[in-house]
Amino acid sequence: MAMTGVLRPGHAQLRVLDMDESVKFYTDVMGLVETGRDASGRVYFKTRAERDHNSIVLRRADRAGLDFFAYKVLNKATLEELDGKLKAYGVVTERIPAGEMLETGERVRFQIPTGHTIELYAEKTDVGNGMTYNDPEVDVVDGKGIRPIRMDHALLYGGDIDGSRKLFEEVLGFNLVERVKLEDGATDLAVWLTCSAKAHDLAMVRHSEDNKLHHVAFQLASWEQVLRAADIMSINRVSIDIGPTRHGITQGTTIYFFDPSGNRLETFCGGYDHYPDNHPITWSWEHVGRGIFYHDRKLNPAFLSVLT
Amino acid sequence: MVIYTVTIEDDGSSYRCFESQTLLEGMESLGKKGIPVGCRGGGCGVCKVQVLTGSYTKRVMSREHISESDEAQGCVLACRVRPTSPIDLRVVGAMKKNVCRAVEPSGVPSLST
Ligand code: FES
Repeated sequence: MAMTGVLRPGHAQLRVLDMDESVKFYTDVMGLVETGRDASGRVYFKTRAERDHNSIVLRRADRAGLDFFAYKVLNKATLEELDGKLKAYGVVTERIPAGEMLETGERVRFQIPTGHTIELYAEKTDVGNGMTYNDPEVDVVDGKGIRPIRMDHALLYGGDIDGSRKLFEEVLGFNLVERVKLEDGATDLAVWLTCSAKAHDLAMVRHSEDNKLHHVAFQLASWEQVLRAADIMSINRVSIDIGPTRHGITQGTTIYFFDPSGNRLETFCGGYDHYPDNHPITWSWEHVGRGIFYHDRKLNPAFLSVLT
Repeated sequence: MVIYTVTIEDDGSSYRCFESQTLLEGMESLGKKGIPVGCRGGGCGVCKVQVLTGSYTKRVMSREHISESDEAQGCVLACRVRPTSPIDLRVVGAMKKNVCRAVEPSGVPSLST
């Protein structure tokens, strides 16, 4: 679809157990840029290449996990229109005033059937990517840490992924890109959705508990950068779940690993472009192992069970 | 370097864990099994154990998985605890029940707690 409604994932607010340790990790290991701290103690980050003020927000809490995941929409008129559509669909929405998050405009917050809190917003201060808008250089300067290009997508776990998928498709204009069927051949175990021409802007897996986070993903430029990220993880004794390897689904190369509070992150590269006229790809239960981990060709127990 | 024996009462197996390692790191680095391994960051709860005897130091753990009363009874996350004596423990955590297990062939033991 033309990019006129929901544009892209905008921010994820993660709960962390120890703020100092987490700030050090997201700065030194992930190579994100700290952009601010607010009165409530939250710490804001963006990747170097991102222009908007923040994409990752950390909040200290007594448990790990995801507070909310947000998408940026084209403009304020779109925000109003989508709020109206959500209400007409029967979704209760809440307005979070501008400024509640640093440098971020008014947000429309709602719950999806899998129990997760999703937000839409139109405005966030463009603090730039270190380059100029006139006659910029190419950003080839190496720096500390993994330094991903952008916060790219999230994988959420919950019960009613059919209801959540329908909401994203019918109200927010997302398209189904890939799906995995359970043994019965009918029920979706997992779905991958896009609001853009990316292979995924959101993924969901059916699970016995609602409102769980599987991972937040960051995009890297190449398979070589993924391998470099793995080296950086070992140098820093980062807890790696699996990888470097490849997904059959989306065909991206990947590492799953954990932040110091046990929130799973992904650094990935690749994945094909998706256009709305592309048929969704369906994986059968028989081939789910190869779909998730193309080289191992089997699921690891942690993929389905270790969540925050 | 100080090293202690950690005994997993469930199967009677044991391994040697340095004082500088968490109970989970000690087990994993020797390729041993017994305690389920998840995030290794005190967030997911799968490595929950009850320490029956022995002393240890601990770091902050998710309250979603370790309540205050758990903590009082020696229930901890093995990835957040370092031994300061020999340790005897019992495994409490498990890979959580999920939708996939429900469609796996019957006879697969349920690991949910
Ligand atoms: S492995 Fe996740 S809490 Fe210990």
